[in-house]
Amino acid sequence: LLKIEAALNTFHHKLCCCCFSSPRLFLPHQVMKTCHKMGIQTVAVHSDVDASAVHVKMANEAVCVGPAPTSKSYLNMDAIMDAVRATGAQAVHPGYGFLSENKEFAKRLAAEGVAFIGPDTYALQAMGDKIESKLIAKAATVNTIPGYDGVVKTVEEAVKISQDIGYPVMIKASAGGGGKGMRIAWNDEETREGFRFSSQEAASSFGDDRLLIEKFIDNPRHIEIQVLADKHGNALWLNERECSIQRRNQKVVEEAPSTFLDAATRRAMGEQAVQLAKAVQYSSAGTVEFLVDSNKNFYFLEMNTRLQVEHPITECITGLDLVEQMIRVAKGYKLQHKQEDIPINGWAIESRVYAEDPYKSFGLPSIGRLSRYQEPLNLSNVRVDSGIQEGSDISIYYDPMISKLVTYGATRAEALASMEDALDNYVIRGVTHNISLLREIITHPRFISGDISTNFLPEVYPDGFKGHQLEADSRRELLAAAAALHITAQLRSQRRAPSVATRCPCVKVEVDGQWNLASPLLPLAINGTHRMLQCLSRDASGKIVLQYLGTSFKVRVLSKLAAQLNSYMPEKVPEDTSSLLRSPMPGAVVTVSVKPGDSVAEGQEICVIEAMKMQNSLTAARQAKVKSVHCKPGETVGEGDLLVELE
Amino acid sequence: SGEMTLPPVKYGAVAAAVPPTNLPRGCRWSSASALSVKERIDHKRKTALCGGGQHRIDAQHKKGKLTARERVELLLDPESFVESDMFVEHRCSDFGMEQDGNKFPGDSVVTGRGRINGRLVYVFSQDFTVFGGSLSGAHAQKICKIMDQAMMVGAPVIGLNDSGGARIQEGVESLAGYADIFLRNVMASGVVPQISLIMGPCAGGAVYSPALTDFTFMVKDTSYLFITGPDVVKSVTNEDVTQEELGGAKTHTTVSGVAHHAFEDDVEALLNVREFFNFLPLSNQDAAPIRECHDRSDRLVHSLDTIVPFETTKAYDMLDIVHATVDESDFFEIMPNYAKNIVVGFARMNGRTVGIVGNQPKVASGCLDINSSVKGARFVRFCDAFNIPIITFVDVPGFLPGTAQEYGGIIRHGAKLLYAFAEATVPKITVITRKAYGGAYDVMSSKHLRGDVNYAWPTAEVAVMGAKGAVQIIFRGKENQAEAEAEYVEKFANPFPAALRGFVDDIIEPSTTRRRICRDLEVLASKKQLNPWKKHANIPL
Repeated sequence: LLKIEAALNTFHHKLCCCCFSSPRLFLPHQVMKTCHKMGIQTVAVHSDVDASAVHVKMANEAVCVGPAPTSKSYLNMDAIMDAVRATGAQAVHPGYGFLSENKEFAKRLAAEGVAFIGPDTYALQAMGDKIESKLIAKAATVNTIPGYDGVVKTVEEAVKISQDIGYPVMIKASAGGGGKGMRIAWNDEETREGFRFSSQEAASSFGDDRLLIEKFIDNPRHIEIQVLADKHGNALWLNERECSIQRRNQKVVEEAPSTFLDAATRRAMGEQAVQLAKAVQYSSAGTVEFLVDSNKNFYFLEMNTRLQVEHPITECITGLDLVEQMIRVAKGYKLQHKQEDIPINGWAIESRVYAEDPYKSFGLPSIGRLSRYQEPLNLSNVRVDSGIQEGSDISIYYDPMISKLVTYGATRAEALASMEDALDNYVIRGVTHNISLLREIITHPRFISGDISTNFLPEVYPDGFKGHQLEADSRRELLAAAAALHITAQLRSQRRAPSVATRCPCVKVEVDGQWNLASPLLPLAINGTHRMLQCLSRDASGKIVLQYLGTSFKVRVLSKLAAQLNSYMPEKVPEDTSSLLRSPMPGAVVTVSVKPGDSVAEGQEICVIEAMKMQNSLTAARQAKVKSVHCKPGETVGEGDLLVELE
Repeated sequence: SGEMTLPPVKYGAVAAAVPPTNLPRGCRWSSASALSVKERIDHKRKTALCGGGQHRIDAQHKKGKLTARERVELLLDPESFVESDMFVEHRCSDFGMEQDGNKFPGDSVVTGRGRINGRLVYVFSQDFTVFGGSLSGAHAQKICKIMDQAMMVGAPVIGLNDSGGARIQEGVESLAGYADIFLRNVMASGVVPQISLIMGPCAGGAVYSPALTDFTFMVKDTSYLFITGPDVVKSVTNEDVTQEELGGAKTHTTVSGVAHHAFEDDVEALLNVREFFNFLPLSNQDAAPIRECHDRSDRLVHSLDTIVPFETTKAYDMLDIVHATVDESDFFEIMPNYAKNIVVGFARMNGRTVGIVGNQPKVASGCLDINSSVKGARFVRFCDAFNIPIITFVDVPGFLPGTAQEYGGIIRHGAKLLYAFAEATVPKITVITRKAYGGAYDVMSSKHLRGDVNYAWPTAEVAVMGAKGAVQIIFRGKENQAEAEAEYVEKFANPFPAALRGFVDDIIEPSTTRRRICRDLEVLASKKQLNPWKKHANIPL
């Protein structure tokens, strides 16, 4: 929640912006920056676990609206309305996620005469409902996807509809967006499962379990148009964002502009987006999402009536501050720009840095405390939007996003090179993160050539992501770096007070004298190539973990003698875990479908873990009898905790 | 010319120094006999280097263990080892031991001195390939010799233990040998650091030498420490227990608290002991060593500002505070898996070795109990003996109540930690991060026990007890308990009562903790404080 004491030209109102944002409160951060720039006072609302979050510190005032679970805090309208009243806020910026597209919330604000920084309730209502939005889009002659327009109530109905449309189909939550509650089904059985999961997720995330089913366009690109409209019937399209790199329907890497669109397609898409915005008397910033097939046919997907996570890349290439534009529009000003004023200057790329383990299904949530956190802001043309700081806890309550890392360049190649540098310079310790995946994506030949689709990840990594694969040269580079690091540390131990004679023969290795053993970053020149490595850990027995080309590698450095003697050391056999089902991530147990003595078939669901609002079904790895169950529904479990033991 | 036979040396304090007595007086050795002596020297040296012979070396390797000499070589700087008593042989003449095949130059232990990162250290390494590393009179005498020297010059002793026990053939001489070593362990205690690394069996009376040293490290899966082995246990108490369960690394680092750390294998253990050695001064006359520091001493640690949770009942990890505060997050934890409610270990501040003691709120709320008190006390006394400043992080709700603790003697054992902190004269810096309740507050290096610098974080609460318990006593049977509780919290659940009285020197922003400690240590480096003369103090054992 942001409260704004406004000094915007003539209006000396007290505005209040309420920023709840699912992805860890970045937007509030940014909204507040803009408000402060515009001379507006701000109020932050926060749940009690976020009391020390960055946005709370930035705000002029802060109000706690409840405990950590979102349903009791950021989704708690009563508490938020109380906060608005108590602080005398005059406007609310809803951020994204949570109540940002909630028409009820907008209505209640309107009833109290508080401005909602976003579109009016009609547009919210029209676009917030997937079914209605599609009908409106059709009427506004916007291309739409063939599908079934109606609420799906039962499993069997879902199966029948799916058969009518023809597989594959996409099942999604009527009220949701951002990939939540969305499942793809290729046959009847998957439809049943997808229906069940999507409706559960929809209920837990949006409090609304309605679904809809439509034709799934295989191998599509996800390209969206940013629109900006005022209350005077003017609307602009601010070019596109390519968001095709996704995993589980959530965006990972975005860029603007797209490598795929030609000027004609861009214009056609932009004009349709503006038509739609005008059709719902849209005001404020919004995004019209399209699926684009390989023949550049595009279909309307949905309209997001809020600021998108990836809006910074549009700001980079157009030079507009979208938050500022939203506040101006909310106040009733006319748009400052005309369509021909909207440029595409350069190229911007955004990587979503998540607290996730990319080795598990391209990213399963991880939690922890950021014991060390350093953003690559030392580099030029890098923007990092984050709401966290060193010491922040990444908890199981919210989306696991750490930051939006944006780089900008005159050309795409420049922006990509900056991104590579930025990822190498990004220091994150204490939680597992997806830097390795991001770096692999942006350096992959297919990505570089622009040959991407929403299936990029499963196509490029059919067996799952396994980190950077070393080749002979890079392997040598890595080993050389590790050895040099180890020797630097060893040599330091030999340098001490002069009263102790140091007579030991020193190993002669040329090491860059600039090395700082306390720094997590290791800037090296290896064979003349500048590389930024990171030291994740090292110990006295030569075990070193280095982040090299984004991926962490374990290296052991031993002296010749130690290496020779090490050959006598036995291999330690790790515990046999095939019969143990462990939690792949921290979260809460939703259901446990087995009890001791049950026989389970391979692939049978054993329990469901909910983490960061995602439900994950855990299945038996083989046919077996259940020996014991170590968890019960409602319980919180940590990563690696034993859930069920098989015989 | 021809082979000269040296008489067997039966006994004597310095056996190797006894000259051959059957040589004619005044006889100059001929060149031929000199050559023969030289050949014999070479032969003996070669034999000594082979220990118990190749097949026994192979057997040792097969068990995943290195030989005594390989261990010494890996532990010390290359080519720094200077061996002593390579020619010493056992003096037993019973049970056929006198036969040539049963004599091994150097006997079952390798001794000498060397350097670790250039710093002097004395080492003995028991050789399992010779009579199973069993301890003969000669073996003990070799160890005693280097220990005596180590004490004279002021250098630490590292013992690499791998021995089947007493040399039974030698009987009482072997027992005497153990006692000679024990005596020296005790005499050296507090004079030079003593480290034991258990790399094989160590059973019976032999265990008391490691027990008397400052630190005992073990190698997982290949080392055992017990008074009596599983067979005797079975015959006496009818218990079925494996060697590993009875005295393996896991048992001693998690259950008994006998060992301070366990390492995966020989190589890892030796390399880590090298690293550990870097923290230690050479003797009690030596200051704590200073290493070149790459971590800025005035670094602000912002993550500490948010580490203590708002809910006073919520746990956090004290190790996070330690890692964030010390140089390069480099913390050598002692007994990481035993009495985990207290954290102890070595780190550096601005390059200087310090001992860290911290309550661990994550385990048993960080309370003090018998095991944690004893663990903490022994560590504090080591630091005090060897001029290592002590930094204490306090978040303690009190001593653990209950019959188990009272019957176990928590009073007696808790007193050890109190005693250790009180008697320590090294620089003592204390940081109260959250709770400092009751007697445990006094114990944890409080101002009253001569803490040099005592800080409180804004989250600190120094009080006799928590609000709930206090209110139940003060307002027993009265209504409005909740109101009274709020009043109590307002009054006492903050650092002011202690700060008002000067019991903490300052209330500091957590992020400045590192900077402050580094600055204080600089000042306190010249601290001089003497306890009254005494023969020795009487710690409540």
